[in-house]
Amino acid sequence: MTTKKHNLIDQRLQDLNDDGVDRRGFLKCMAWAGTGLVWTMSGGIPASRAFAKVYGKHAGKGGDFSFVQISDSHIGFSKPANPDVTATLQTAINKINAMPHKPDFIIHTGDLSQLSKPSEFDTLDQALKGAAAKQIYFVPGEHDMLSDNGEEYLQRYGKGTIGSGWYSFDHKGVHFVGLVNVANLKAGGMGSLGHEQLEWLETDLKGRSASTPIVLFAHIPLWTIYPDWGWGTDDSEQALSYVKRFGSVTVLNGHIHQIMQKIEGKVSFHTAMSTAFPQPAPGTAPSAGPMKVPADQLQRVLGITDVNYLVSGSSLAIVDSPLGDSGSSASGSGRGLAVVDSLFG
Amino acid sequence: MTTKKIWIVGLATTVMIALMLLAGTPSVAANDQPSEASADVKIDNFSFGPQTLTVSVGTTVVWTNRDDIPHTVVSTDGVFKSKVRDTDEKFSYTFTKAGTYPYFCSVHPKMTGKVVVQ
Repeated sequence: MTTKKHNLIDQRLQDLNDDGVDRRGFLKCMAWAGTGLVWTMSGGIPASRAFAKVYGKHAGKGGDFSFVQISDSHIGFSKPANPDVTATLQTAINKINAMPHKPDFIIHTGDLSQLSKPSEFDTLDQALKGAAAKQIYFVPGEHDMLSDNGEEYLQRYGKGTIGSGWYSFDHKGVHFVGLVNVANLKAGGMGSLGHEQLEWLETDLKGRSASTPIVLFAHIPLWTIYPDWGWGTDDSEQALSYVKRFGSVTVLNGHIHQIMQKIEGKVSFHTAMSTAFPQPAPGTAPSAGPMKVPADQLQRVLGITDVNYLVSGSSLAIVDSPLGDSGSSASGSGRGLAVVDSLFG
Repeated sequence: MTTKKIWIVGLATTVMIALMLLAGTPSVAANDQPSEASADVKIDNFSFGPQTLTVSVGTTVVWTNRDDIPHTVVSTDGVFKSKVRDTDEKFSYTFTKAGTYPYFCSVHPKMTGKVVVQ
């Protein structure tokens, strides 16, 4: 009898273990999945939340807060993919203003303009004046560097920054670093941070407690998504080595005009949608250029990203909302199916 | 009167000959080395076409942006550098020395091309 029961248990364990993870692997997973991922479906668009539990650690000073990431507004673009990028930017701003909780600030991860023209930056500034959050942090995209190494961009948004526009700041115990990987690009290469900026970054992070949550933001993705289209940063490995020791790192990027996410150890990577036009998924089109979608679908492929910092979690919950899905709440607790993926207590 | 006439005719003839010389003789053979040749590179879908272009010394290469995104044409050796070119805008450069001239788009550096001047 005992043998039979034992066999049944073995069988059950065998079934559950069909993923090939043995006990040691299971324990490894336990340790890893302190960083769990919760996916929810809201209005048909998957939204993800990254939670990290650092057992016994006291995470950060100050209270909970949130901020919004927008990206790739491309003011000045006026082709079929979106003939009115200023209007869709305005929709994004309205969406931010309608959020139940007011974000402390906005981060714009670059490609503010299409051609670095003063009139384009003017239009952007005018629209952002109507945002509920008055503090806006910027990093340039390659489209903002088109007038003599980003002269125009730096004049307007470069106050207090170094080199081609990098800087850092602290907010309620979280350390934010704005990086520029669109200057001095080399032929055949992808994004590039450069020696000077990397040295600065190393110094900037030195001596900070490992329990300080870190947010890095830059235009081009800081991990390699698709080299053929330049979707990556040649020297990001070095930058990421400087943040390896920290308990919670979030990397926010733009440039690719679609959501991509990755978690590697304690680092969560996330790219935002554009407020202007979508781009194709890697390798699905001849090039990375603007992708036309039926007019009535445009708002669903543009969006904003709401980032919530919870002191208790010492990590940031990232929720993407398309412009056209007015029903999805910024807190991400929307309707639909919640799929919990390996979240261990 | 006659002298004046002769003088006027003489002047007119001189002017005509001068104009003809300036305009160049139209009977230059087609296979003579042209002093002003031009060649085209089309920019589209984040690429230069043809990616490698071979021309003779003295050729003016004209890049035309047919993409819906702005691009630049920048020599990797600092020989030439365009301003940003939006859709339908052009950039030209006349190659007066033989050699190989690799270039790229400084906005999208994966876009590379080469002009070989012989």
